[in-house]
Amino acid sequence: MSEMIKNFLYLNRRAPYGTIYAWESLEVVLIGAAFDQKVSLAFVDDGVYQIVKGQDTSESGFKNFSPTYSALGDYDVNQLYVERESLEERGLTLDDLMPLTWEDEDEDWAEKDSIRVVSRAELAGMIKDQDVVFSF
Amino acid sequence: MSELHTVNKSPFEKSSFDSCMGHVLEGSAVLLYEDGVYAAMQGTTAEAKVKSAQGVKIYVLGPDLKARGIDAARLIDGVDVVDYAGFVDLTIEHDKVVAWV
Amino acid sequence: MAIEVEGKSFETDEEGYLLNLNDWIPGIADAMAKEDDLDLSEEHWEIINFLREYYEEYQIAPAVRVLTKAVGKRMGKDKGNSKYLYSLFPYGPGKQACRFAGLPKPTGCI
Repeated sequence: MSEMIKNFLYLNRRAPYGTIYAWESLEVVLIGAAFDQKVSLAFVDDGVYQIVKGQDTSESGFKNFSPTYSALGDYDVNQLYVERESLEERGLTLDDLMPLTWEDEDEDWAEKDSIRVVSRAELAGMIKDQDVVFSF
Repeated sequence: MSELHTVNKSPFEKSSFDSCMGHVLEGSAVLLYEDGVYAAMQGTTAEAKVKSAQGVKIYVLGPDLKARGIDAARLIDGVDVVDYAGFVDLTIEHDKVVAWV
Repeated sequence: MAIEVEGKSFETDEEGYLLNLNDWIPGIADAMAKEDDLDLSEEHWEIINFLREYYEEYQIAPAVRVLTKAVGKRMGKDKGNSKYLYSLFPYGPGKQACRFAGLPKPTGCI
């Protein structure tokens, strides 16, 4: 029991630019990744909008932080769960999302998908299995 | 008399859009901006409400659409994209602005 | 705070990081290095340029662990290790090299 590795789930429920939550969550995830814990991210409700591809803030004056999600793999954060029902309610599919991947150093940097689309029921089960859930 | 109603909250998170659509009268216009633009996309659970608004013109703010990665081709038919200058024009064309924040 | 380079003054935060990323010119790195008693070699510039490219792509300065891994992948294991990187940047390859590169303090540096 000397190894205290816990499961952390970050629950992202907000759209990217209307509030500061999405960016705050991403920063906390990146900072928290310095600790050796098992981290996964769930994108639920308007949170699915955070990882929609083709975001371009050049005309609106916001900082476009969507490219930063692509760095998550470098930080060993490669369990990204997207809720199917949340996508469907918003007229979105997996094709509308950025292709987020990670590189497996043990397999000669083979590129692997980080995103997994899960049902609401599956996600409910995952939430139950976590040690800690952070909500943003 | 006609009003310009504005909505800047996501229709899936806040009731602002629902309330707006419940109070908007024929001949008025609705401008969706910031997270409000998500209501203008095809295939969402909010689509029926946008389509059911009889005689109400719906606009979305282009820069906010672009920031969120929504292509104009994905908008509900009849929704028009305006830029910041177009936003200003709309406020001038209408007698008053009603903001559903 | 500010740093004087080529007759111009560039604003920095209280830890010496450049406030406006877009202001950066290579002379800033040289001037900051001089203050730290370092002369920038080609090897230093390899890392500084790498950091700037990383920021350009991901909009963050990488944590040192991430930088080490990424350098190892790009430039080989003999450079992708903390011994090599610390030999170049004794105050920490994340913090010091990012500062020279005009980036904010690395995200994930505590």
